[in-house]
Amino acid sequence: MNENEILRIENLTKKYFNKTALEDVNMSVEKGKIYGLLGPNGSGKTTLMKVIAQLHKQSSGHVFINGNPLSYESKASISYMPTENFLYDSFKVKHAVKFYADMYKDFREDYAMNILEEIKVDPEFRIAKLSSGLNGKLKVALALSRNADLYMLDEPLNGVDVLSRDTIMELISKSYDETKTFIISTHLVSEIEKILDSVIFLKDGRVELFGDAEELRLSKGTSVEGLYKEVYKNV
Amino acid sequence: MEFNNNIPIYLQVIEKIKQDIVTGRLKSGDKMLSSREYSTMLGINFNTVARVYKEMEMEEILFTKRGLGTFITESPERIKSLRYEMAKKQIDDFVRGMEQIGFTREDMIKFIAENK
Repeated sequence: MNENEILRIENLTKKYFNKTALEDVNMSVEKGKIYGLLGPNGSGKTTLMKVIAQLHKQSSGHVFINGNPLSYESKASISYMPTENFLYDSFKVKHAVKFYADMYKDFREDYAMNILEEIKVDPEFRIAKLSSGLNGKLKVALALSRNADLYMLDEPLNGVDVLSRDTIMELISKSYDETKTFIISTHLVSEIEKILDSVIFLKDGRVELFGDAEELRLSKGTSVEGLYKEVYKNV
Repeated sequence: MEFNNNIPIYLQVIEKIKQDIVTGRLKSGDKMLSSREYSTMLGINFNTVARVYKEMEMEEILFTKRGLGTFITESPERIKSLRYEMAKKQIDDFVRGMEQIGFTREDMIKFIAENK
């Protein structure tokens, strides 16, 4: 096994009744890199993240975290941010922070409070009253405040205004270090491609393309977005 | 800094740093930002900046002092030769473009002299 490998997926298939959401997915994800999980709605991005986060069980195939099959321990080393709004409307921001601190042993409360101050989210704000931009930033801030090995952010830029998108990408860049790995799903490719090391294109539940973003620019002479348009033009 | 996403980003950052060195915006012996600071400032990937520094160290334009950071070469000769390399590249690109539209070298020199 490659010692830099944090996540390995072998022949992963996920079926829901008669629909195949993921089909024979294989990949090796390395430590210290930011991956873009790209594809239009319905390509399997969320399903893939949910299987890795153990919210869904695969139909067949294997997933390894740090060389070990998925388990309770591996679950603890993954910080997963679902795309849905999962924070209770009746909470204040500070309650959400407390909730995370109670849920996760690796949650860094000071770190979270610092980020919230930096991005101007008042701990006294009520979740229900937050704009979608603030809500998006809060969700990302909470996920990044855990001290995990692997961060999976499902559509962190979706439904968020342009300035908040920049803030979210800055938060990701700042929380990066060589021991952490990020998988970020999005269909907003042009916004995010500059912060990515590698890209994974999913199409109809299969890996259509996997590669280093800079090498792809060099060999194909086009942006990740350009490749994206080419791969999905008939979808 | 604006990037063209069609071209590898590390190449664009290298070009920018080189320009800043030969025009004196960055000076011999200056300390560069850390990869983390620079990548956050430019809004690009950390490893992209790490790669920029590595490549520029191989070109002996930057050097690393262990534990202290990355610095711009203290050799005036290297900066001079860098300026020459960059000028050479501009000329090569220009000449190639002009040849494609049928100019000989003599035509080019004459043309430049006449179009000041």
